[in-house]
Amino acid sequence: MKLLGNLNWDVTPFSDAINDPSTNTFVAAGAASLVIIGAVSVLILLTWFRLWRPLWRDWLTSADHKRIGVMYIVLALVMLARGVAEGAVMRGHQAMALNGGPLSADHFSELFSTHGTIMILFVAMPLVTGLINIVVPLQIGARDMAFPVMNQVSLGLTAAGAALIMVSLVIGRFETGGWTAYPPYTGKVFSPGEGPDYWIWSVVPAGLGSMLSGINFAVTIYKCRAPGMTYMRMPLFTWTALCTAIMMIYAMPPVTVSSLMLALDRYAGFHFFSNDLGGNMMNYANIFWMFGHPEVYILVLPAYGVWSEVAATFSAKQLYGYVSLVTATMSIAVISFTVWLHHFFTMGQSASVNIAFGIATMIIAVPTGVKVYDWMATLWRGRIRMTVPVIYLTGFFILFVIGGLTGVILANPTIDYQVHNTLFLVAHFHNVLIPGVLFGMLAGIHYWFPKVFGFRLDETWGARAAGLWVVGFCLTFLPLYVLGLMGMPRRSPSFTDPAYLPMEYLAAFGAVVILGALAATFTTYIVSIRHRKWLAVPLGDPWDGRTLEWATPAPVPEWNFAVIPEVSSRDAFALEKEGGTPYAPVSRYADITLPRRTTMGLTVCVATTGTGFALVWHIWWLVILCFTGLLLTMIARAFATNTEQIIPAAEVARQHRRWLDAIAQNTGITRDAECTSANRGLAAPDEVIR
Amino acid sequence: MSEERRERRSYLIGTLLSILLTAIAFATIPLDLPRGGTMLLIGISAVLQVIVQLRFFLHIDLSRQKREDLQLILFSLLLLGIMAGGTIWILTNLSQRMM
Ligand code: HEM
Ligand SMILES: [Cu+2]
Repeated sequence: MKLLGNLNWDVTPFSDAINDPSTNTFVAAGAASLVIIGAVSVLILLTWFRLWRPLWRDWLTSADHKRIGVMYIVLALVMLARGVAEGAVMRGHQAMALNGGPLSADHFSELFSTHGTIMILFVAMPLVTGLINIVVPLQIGARDMAFPVMNQVSLGLTAAGAALIMVSLVIGRFETGGWTAYPPYTGKVFSPGEGPDYWIWSVVPAGLGSMLSGINFAVTIYKCRAPGMTYMRMPLFTWTALCTAIMMIYAMPPVTVSSLMLALDRYAGFHFFSNDLGGNMMNYANIFWMFGHPEVYILVLPAYGVWSEVAATFSAKQLYGYVSLVTATMSIAVISFTVWLHHFFTMGQSASVNIAFGIATMIIAVPTGVKVYDWMATLWRGRIRMTVPVIYLTGFFILFVIGGLTGVILANPTIDYQVHNTLFLVAHFHNVLIPGVLFGMLAGIHYWFPKVFGFRLDETWGARAAGLWVVGFCLTFLPLYVLGLMGMPRRSPSFTDPAYLPMEYLAAFGAVVILGALAATFTTYIVSIRHRKWLAVPLGDPWDGRTLEWATPAPVPEWNFAVIPEVSSRDAFALEKEGGTPYAPVSRYADITLPRRTTMGLTVCVATTGTGFALVWHIWWLVILCFTGLLLTMIARAFATNTEQIIPAAEVARQHRRWLDAIAQNTGITRDAECTSANRGLAAPDEVIR
Repeated sequence: MSEERRERRSYLIGTLLSILLTAIAFATIPLDLPRGGTMLLIGISAVLQVIVQLRFFLHIDLSRQKREDLQLILFSLLLLGIMAGGTIWILTNLSQRMM
């Protein structure tokens, strides 16, 4: 038995680059160096600015839902940088891929496999989970999640999966079978290497983490609402979070299970999905998409929630059609579990099975259509300000409708037979994922950023980023519809038809614009941090918000609310402002109990990453060590009794009164001056629009 | 104290019943029953085990039914029905067409 399992020096891309110098190996070695340089510079920067202690105390061990949410989003943005870079490399390669291309076929396959896995599970999911974490307790008047420590554990599990994918860039190779990892190709016979194992041990912890998040969100929304916050008074973002949470609970287990079954096939000689001995690989596609389809709605529903809040706030109007939006959200949540077969229309089942799922798929477009009309009606004759979230909303309206329409086209099995597995499909799903999910999350971050950090994001750079995203998206992905209709297969490392070239060039140019959009996005954050004094909105309500979270200071204190509010209507804060009675003084403050800091999540993260890595390389002693550590941590936690901290009433009162005094001395800001430095976060009364 | 003992006994009963039902499922192989009988037995013990776990571990019973618990169970049943039913439909259809 070898101490380090299958590990040796030859598995790194550096040795490849030395043994076989070529563009292909240099790109791989360059990517690996970037990971190492990135990690080392983070370590150096942390040491230089003496940030280790605050990082440990305020972030890594914090059980505060807002900080956990921010960590989710930071993780997502780091992974987004890698994912977009990979996308751009693929577009660049394909533009040169007439009869060849700079990268090897296997390398190209690794790229689309990591890109897809990262974008769905480690960008889109953490963005959604992070935003829900930050916003939902504030919107329902709660002090934290129902299970703050489990929240940390979920983050730890997701981060472990992400860490393993990052490691795969430096040590060994990732899987080449796409983000879906269909067997039998990913079985031991056809993929004997470590690639699919990396995929499995990244996906399994992330799947578990998301399921736990789902349970946490659902219980929080069911059990921790402020008095008077009935279901039909909940803000729409919370409604979408509830539906997403319930979907996470039911949709994540299938992928965890199918990945573990694949692991049993690979590690223990089982035959769930093998070609022989009674295996059935078609059942893998079936189980995977039982997760895969609901997943896309898990991602897009919270974005719909963001659009609802953004449309209402930035047009200074009540949300149009609240009940229909809630109903549509619930319908989508249920119907999305009945359409999974549209991802494998061509697998060979009969036409009657196909058409049943095809019709279900077309039906699911109806509730989304309802929503689009509701948002437009909300904006109608409103007091619209063209802030960054509204720019994203505009891009979303036009582009998402196109993406949705191509989805309805694909829902038709006869058409799907023609264009499945072409770039038409790639264009379609990017067309819903980028303008839908990514724009939604970027808009949501811009909208709620001041609540968490106490200052707004720079509008100029934000607008530049939004514009570049919209233009870059169009240039990169609309040409792919054409290529798809011309018959170009997806996942093609090279092609022989020169007719593809013009559109390929256009798409590659678009990818450059998207890189610019990404850079502008990060610049927005950096510029805003620099100008944070100028952008500060300590009074907490920079956009004349309508829901509870805006009735708190910014940054919002760890305990969220000095006293838990009583809710008597929908849009409670907006009504109070209309009635002229917001910010009522509090006569009696009480001690507040909050969860204590703990290293639980971090320990789970480290132990899970270790277990995964050891499993990938068959280092059995390390598997046993890390897994036992994981179990012991959980058991030890069950015996911990000192898990809460008390914030004394006097401290709460002091901070709250200081905030109320500052409000009393401020004259407030009109909607016209919202994006100037005069905005300190107090909204002056405005004309009421109904 | 008696409350705690009752709880503990309920967990014990649940554990024993779960072990028993699992053992029955495994026993079908050495017993070498006819194929249909094996499937039926495994199916029945699986459903029974779900009920046992709901009753003894998740404390869901019919008497002090809370509305949210009931909603949750009904919704779970709906989704399980969709997933299991859909799978059976799809895979039997595929299998027939490969005959
Ligand atoms: C932002 C710039 C992006 C670029 C330039 C880009 C580019 C690409 C390219 C070139 C492919 C391979 C297409 C092929 O199979 O021929 C791909 C696949 C994919 N992308 Fe993106 N993408 C981007 C963003 C995203 C986002 C935001 C998501 C999800 C939230 C996403 C999800 C996927 C998935 C799931 C695949 C399929 C992977 C597979 O074939 O297994 N992409 N992308
Ligand atoms: Cu789908």
